[in-house]
Amino acid sequence: MPREGILVDRPYERLTREQVELIHQVSMQILTDPGLISFNREAVDILHGHGAAVESIAGDHQSWQVKIPEQLVLKALDNAPRTVKLGARNPDNTLIMHGDEPRVYFITGSETNIWLDVHFPTYVNKADPTREIRIPEFKPRRGTVDDLCQSAHICEHLEMVDGYIRTVNIQDRDITGDNKDVNKFFASLNNNTKHFMSGLTSLKQLDNVVRMAELIVGGKKALEENPIISFITCLVKSPLQFVDDTTATFIEVCRRGLPVAVSSSPQAGTTAPIKEAGIMAQINAEVLAGITLGQLVKPGTPVLYGSVPVRARMDTLGDSYGSVETSQYNIDCVQMARFYGIPNYSTSGVCDSKIPGQQSSIERLFSDIVVAMSGPQYLHCAFGLLDCNSVFCLLQAVLDDAHFKMIKFFLRQPRIDQPEMEAALKQMRAVVTTPQKLYISYIRPVLRSGEISGIYPFEGSGETDDVFEIAYEQMKDLLARPVEHIDRKITARIFEEIPGLLPRLNVYERGS
Amino acid sequence: MQEDVISLIKENVIQGRITKGDEGMDEGMVGQPGVTELVEQAVASGVHIRDVISKGLSGGMNVVGQKFEAGEYFIPDMLASAEAVGAAMQILQPRLAASGIKTKGTIVVATVKDDLHDLGKNIVSILLRGAGYIVKDLGNNVDAQVIVDAVREENPHFLGLSALLTSTMARMADVIQMLEESGLREQVKVIVGGAPVSEEFAQSIGADGYGADGFQAVAIVEALASDTES
Ligand code: B12
Repeated sequence: MPREGILVDRPYERLTREQVELIHQVSMQILTDPGLISFNREAVDILHGHGAAVESIAGDHQSWQVKIPEQLVLKALDNAPRTVKLGARNPDNTLIMHGDEPRVYFITGSETNIWLDVHFPTYVNKADPTREIRIPEFKPRRGTVDDLCQSAHICEHLEMVDGYIRTVNIQDRDITGDNKDVNKFFASLNNNTKHFMSGLTSLKQLDNVVRMAELIVGGKKALEENPIISFITCLVKSPLQFVDDTTATFIEVCRRGLPVAVSSSPQAGTTAPIKEAGIMAQINAEVLAGITLGQLVKPGTPVLYGSVPVRARMDTLGDSYGSVETSQYNIDCVQMARFYGIPNYSTSGVCDSKIPGQQSSIERLFSDIVVAMSGPQYLHCAFGLLDCNSVFCLLQAVLDDAHFKMIKFFLRQPRIDQPEMEAALKQMRAVVTTPQKLYISYIRPVLRSGEISGIYPFEGSGETDDVFEIAYEQMKDLLARPVEHIDRKITARIFEEIPGLLPRLNVYERGS
Repeated sequence: MQEDVISLIKENVIQGRITKGDEGMDEGMVGQPGVTELVEQAVASGVHIRDVISKGLSGGMNVVGQKFEAGEYFIPDMLASAEAVGAAMQILQPRLAASGIKTKGTIVVATVKDDLHDLGKNIVSILLRGAGYIVKDLGNNVDAQVIVDAVREENPHFLGLSALLTSTMARMADVIQMLEESGLREQVKVIVGGAPVSEEFAQSIGADGYGADGFQAVAIVEALASDTES
């Protein structure tokens, strides 16, 4: 049984059918004029081999102008699977996504450099020293592999996390460009039995991480059937450029037939036009270019239509995930992906705010609600991220889990049908005849059926706002709950066969 | 007449208009000469270049800076003005020596090898140009050797390096080491920046300065320049 996520019955859409078609048409025009600049030779050869016009561009770095004809894109869209399965160490955590079915899965992400610790110093009221309060203080520091283990661990227990994208960039002294991938894959897979998606730091490590996954599931064939890992590649740099290294990674992932999210992250105002029409036509063209390349490498490669569009902040020109336009672009992308019938990897919940608090809650909830309503299949970035993707905070992830529970509840389909109405009528006719005229006795059977939403789980008791402290306690409880690690035998084989793993990650050898 | 053209230059810097085709902040400016046309005109009519720069260009940028501080202007406004100043400086550059004016200095900038993030570096370049520096931008994903060669050939006063990935930050140290090995380190001040970079990191790799954003980049360059002079 796959995870259920939440099926959004009537997804919120912003675009009319005509607007969707216009975006599609203009994207097709973009792909031939101006086309894309490719810094990757192999992509050029593959596209050229299938009829794309290619021209070399003079400059320091080798590059080519590639014009991708419409029929190539349409054929690729035909070949791309409509249903993508993302497996998991625990098969109950499998995700099944149909491009035409707006079932939302809530996923973590992305690779933040900073980990935010929290503690609660006590403050004394100057006027009345008998009065004390505890106020959360947040302390940023560089993320480590231990942090990644903790994050994977907590996310295993957070009910609403449907799949895990590594949330921290591991920057320990003994982590190098060569051993980073194997360690981030192992730390995540060993502490979490949900689907694991990640970017790759070094293409050289692709076969090592695939081998690790094969050892875990029991071989090549088993991994094909239960792809417990998948990849995220941002192969197009906006505007309209295939970058060299990530494109090379993407091609190799496709060759191995593993699921991959083709994502593009244009920023309206800097790397894309500032207005909605422009950024939409561009991001759609960029994602389609990636999907087309992937299907040419290996027809039928499971791909996700990945969209991380944002608007630029006007005061820094950094990303503004908190801006409302960012949500609009994301919702538009969900609709475009559905138009093509390809499952969508979308973005919500990232905020501009640097720490958990009012700003972060408002920014993230706003996008979480509206983007979820549009029915993306794979909603990433949704847990714990702050400061435009640069910071991850476990406490925030715990809070987000509660918020997603509310959103999921909200998105349930209404139950208004004949039997419900008949029962209601019966109640009314009975209640009006009683002296108190109250319906209270009818609550109890409903109360325990899960049909009534809970109170806010971090509600304090007094006049103070205890949300963070209560969530912190829950966070500690979750960390204290064990997770099902990869078993001893397989762990031993992984450590034998895969080079570069840090011995301290082996839970069976610790302290010996 | 001279005062007129200078105040027009200043006004158009504030409006962020490079050429006559540009829109400004105010309505109805398209078609009127922009900063480059006005600077050409000033030069042709014999206005002193020193006045063009100090009263017109810098005068305008000062107002832009104040408006930015006051929250009236945003970064795109600031960049438009800085670009206009940069374009004007390009016209004036060949004439500076003849007029006995020292340039503020040359700066080579690059995003290091394997790093494609160039937005921040581009902003830094534009703001430095706007502050009157001559900027040679080598682009992104630039080989350490190419950077070292540029330092040798251009003999810049400053080298600005940008990195956005923790995995590419170390390339900055490589560049500094190669400069040392090539005997070029003493002749150039190296400043570094990018989201994961910090003051401590800058010190640890032996850089001369660090800037957290484009404004700090300008400030640090100005501070290092005055250090060198004094
Ligand atoms: C936009 C962006 C991209 C764009 C880049 C577009 C472009 N043309 O530059 C694209 C989509 C291409 C991209 C690609 C990738 N990115 Co990226 N990206 C970002 C993002 C969201 C914003 C960076 C940005 O442009 N900021 C806006 C500018 C204005 O700010 P800035 O760069 O910091 O520059 C300012 C200051 O730092 C300073 N400054 C900068 N340079 C200099 C130089 C000097 C001399 C001085 C004094 C000052 C200075 O002044 C600037 C102006 O104020 C950051 C997240 C973040 N919040 O930083 C991730 C981020 C840097 N990327 C990240 C990643 C992982 C990637 C990819 C690997 C993704 C993938 N899996 O494919 C690829 C790598 C490509 C490569 N080889 O470089 C991670 C890095 C984590 C890490 N390992 O270190 C980050 C942190 C996001 C995340 N949390 O996952 N990315």
